[in-house]
Amino acid sequence: MVVISDILVQLGQMTLVLLLAPLLTGVVRKMKARLLRRKGPSILQPYRDLLRLLRKEVVLAENASWLFRVTPYVTFAAIWVAAALVPTFATGLEFNWSADLIAIVALLGSARFFLALAGMDVGTSFGGIGSSREVMIAALAEPAMLLMVFCVALIAGSTQLSTVATFMASSEVGLRVSLGMAMIALIMVALAENARIPIDNPATHLELTMVHEAMILEYSGRHLAMIEFGAFLKLQLYVSLIICVFFPWQITTEGAGPLSYLVSVAAYILKLLIASFLLAVFETATAKVRVFRVPEFLGAALMLGLLGTLLRFVSRGF
Amino acid sequence: MISTVVQQLWCVAALLATTVLAIATSRSRRSTAVVYGATFAISAIALAEALHALIAHSNATELILPVGLPWLGSHFRLDALAAFFLAVVNLGGAAASLYGLGYGSHETTPHRVLPFFPAFLAGMNLVVLADDAFTYLLCWEFMSLASWALVMSHHREADNARAGYVYLVMASFGTLALLLAFGLLSGAGGSYSFAAMRAIQHTPSEAALVLALMLLGAGSKAGLVPLHVWLPLAHPAAPSHVSALMSGVMTKVAVYGFIRVVFDLLGPPSWSAGVVVLILGGVTAVMGILYALMEKDLKRLLAYSTIENIGVVFASLGLALAFQANGYGLAAALAFTAALFHVLNHSFFKSLLFFGAGAVLTATGERDMEKLGGLIHRMPLTSFVFLVGCVAISALPPFNGFVSEWLMFQAVLQSPDLPQWMLKIMVPAVGALLALAAALAAACFVKAFGITFLGRARSTAAETAAEVDRYCLAAMFGLAALCFLAGILPGLVIDALSPVATAVIGHRMPVQASDAWLSIVPIEESRSSYNGLLVFIFITAAASLAVYFIHRFASRAIRRGPAWGCGFADPAPAAQYSGVSFVQPIRRVFGTLIFQAREHVDMPPPGDLRPARLRIDMHDPVWERLYTPVTETVWFFADRLNQLQFLTIRRYLSLVFATLVTLLLALAIWS
Repeated sequence: MVVISDILVQLGQMTLVLLLAPLLTGVVRKMKARLLRRKGPSILQPYRDLLRLLRKEVVLAENASWLFRVTPYVTFAAIWVAAALVPTFATGLEFNWSADLIAIVALLGSARFFLALAGMDVGTSFGGIGSSREVMIAALAEPAMLLMVFCVALIAGSTQLSTVATFMASSEVGLRVSLGMAMIALIMVALAENARIPIDNPATHLELTMVHEAMILEYSGRHLAMIEFGAFLKLQLYVSLIICVFFPWQITTEGAGPLSYLVSVAAYILKLLIASFLLAVFETATAKVRVFRVPEFLGAALMLGLLGTLLRFVSRGF
Repeated sequence: MISTVVQQLWCVAALLATTVLAIATSRSRRSTAVVYGATFAISAIALAEALHALIAHSNATELILPVGLPWLGSHFRLDALAAFFLAVVNLGGAAASLYGLGYGSHETTPHRVLPFFPAFLAGMNLVVLADDAFTYLLCWEFMSLASWALVMSHHREADNARAGYVYLVMASFGTLALLLAFGLLSGAGGSYSFAAMRAIQHTPSEAALVLALMLLGAGSKAGLVPLHVWLPLAHPAAPSHVSALMSGVMTKVAVYGFIRVVFDLLGPPSWSAGVVVLILGGVTAVMGILYALMEKDLKRLLAYSTIENIGVVFASLGLALAFQANGYGLAAALAFTAALFHVLNHSFFKSLLFFGAGAVLTATGERDMEKLGGLIHRMPLTSFVFLVGCVAISALPPFNGFVSEWLMFQAVLQSPDLPQWMLKIMVPAVGALLALAAALAAACFVKAFGITFLGRARSTAAETAAEVDRYCLAAMFGLAALCFLAGILPGLVIDALSPVATAVIGHRMPVQASDAWLSIVPIEESRSSYNGLLVFIFITAAASLAVYFIHRFASRAIRRGPAWGCGFADPAPAAQYSGVSFVQPIRRVFGTLIFQAREHVDMPPPGDLRPARLRIDMHDPVWERLYTPVTETVWFFADRLNQLQFLTIRRYLSLVFATLVTLLLALAIWS
């Protein structure tokens, strides 16, 4: 009985992230538009975009290889699996022991690895510029993320995300300096990894300033749909991760009744709304930095992560 | 039933016999097939024996042969540690022999390669089997010289002579350090056998000196920064299957030497030894991969990446030493197993990648990545296995590189309990360095694969390349399969490594095979677990589901057209991103500090028809700060001493007389 309900929770979780991900992006876009006093597209626009892309034919560059055609599915699958392992409304995920936080970071790394390769496959200079900048950003963001994982894992005594969330939801955590540093580091990494302002502009198509968009410039049709969907999922994943590690209030822990699931789903959606509002405000209030200022931004995230971890090594009190 | 050590020695004897055979038949056309066939068979047998000895938990077996020093004989011993490294050596040997069956037929001067190849394999086997200092050093030198001969097999090519010279100097230096280390270990009694060395108690200062000498001796062979300078010169200079052996296997023999002395012979370690090894490992990892990123020669890039991986191995060993010194047996076993797992993994994927580089070299005659590109269309199978190697070495799940990296991070997370402040501060710092090295490695192999195999061909050689032969492909596919299997079934590998950890550390990781779904659990399930098999199944299922839905419900139309490139794609292949431009952002971030990389733009004034040029200046800090002063000092004194060669006979005689008087005076004052 327990196993069945766990599997149901896991499946529900996988479907939920899949269904909610485009909506989250739509909400952020809408809020950004309203903050700029524009009317903005409907929050359902990302779904329409995906459907439209799926219906279109693929225009493939003449010298695109099999890798170029496989990559959209590989990246989508890797991100989806990673997203399915992050607790959203309940912690008792059936398969959470199959991969911990470090593995989730590495899964996202796999997705990025293939996307960067696909950017170089056709052999245009835009693909190259996108890939080259993406790997530079990743080379700083990934260690920052891992250090934040170390810090959180040392506090919770585990790298298993469900265990971490359960521990964080319990009352024994309290306010900690190291936790605050880890949170800021994670938010900075999340901004960089999701190609948001100030690192990259998700709305730009000005060639020389874009990073992520330059990398996927040659994609079209259903391939582009998969990559866009992957990007939506990634945003959802990072927001869920921040929520479940740092704000796990009302998350359902193991052995709770069906009513608590309803409460925690509602709480989760509310938290998503707050997060997207904060993201929209932040993006409206800041400007994109030059590419070569990005290392300073991410270097700060790296140092925060390192400092948080060091504090944990030095004393248990922080 | 003959004991396992005797079986292994028979295999070594067979390898040496193959060397003789190769010398005898070196001018014959069939000799390539015969020699590589023989080494393949012998290595396969030795591998099976070593694996059997490792998994069957058989006791250590010894043998004393009446050769070598008359009062000592030659001691050989096979225990769990030796069995593991023998397995690594012979697996690499078997793969390289299989590859050589195909690759060797392109060799222009087979008589310079064939006799030394089995000798090199025999040397590596003997080092691992040796059980006294004299035999060990003799076999070590034999291994070095055999590999030196292989490095020099294409001695007429530019730079190879220099590579051989630098290698020879560094190898002699390393052996000197080992000689002194064994001298200290043998103590006042001067007993050369390892069993006697184990029994001797060493003072802390002696132990520290032995550690330093081992770091110099074994570290220079393994490629620790700053002793790595010979490695990126020598490894790529050899034929590719030998490069694979040198990078994938010989560096592991050096790691074996380090483990044998520091963990086994030296007695209980001190925590400060752990700190030193840890820091050296972390710095080596980051420096190695940064060098690799700046490189545009494919084989040299792989050689530099070997330095990075050796750094990772040494960092894990440093952690194991620190845990061991503080009595945390389980954590020490975890860190030690992570190091051994990484040794195994690196021997898989580095051999694979060097084979791939060799295939590219055969097909195009190019090692320079800036002249390659687009090979994925011409060499689909090679590019597939090379991609597998790149994913594995970049520590991405579900392949094997990730598992050892993951185990190492789990070991780092065990370390806040360590009492020493130095360790408390250095462990997270080194953890950060290792995380940085892992991320940079991914960037490096995006570059290596992307520039070599993707995009458009940058030269006619790359445009007309053809797939390599079946033997080469078989060797590469075999290793790629091993990378995959070790990635999805890591529990079996960890269990196979447990006798080694038990023998060396005294503890072992928990039994993994009994865990549900073949997960691996380093400490306990609530702390951390990972299941490569399930991750692989999930990714495959999710991707298949996506493909199914897309092809069922979405448009399936495909049209081929010219690349879009925002509407102004330049048709010339030179307009693509090159390797140098690909790493420009990373060079700006890390290179300006470490390599003093500076870009100079030479922009002609309007009206001048000269092309604009971008020049990049980079400086190798280790070579310029450390080696250049040393070589200049040596040259200075050599120049001064050189004048002694051109004296008249009268002056020579007075010189002899003066020396005699000085010595007699010294003697008189002394007594």
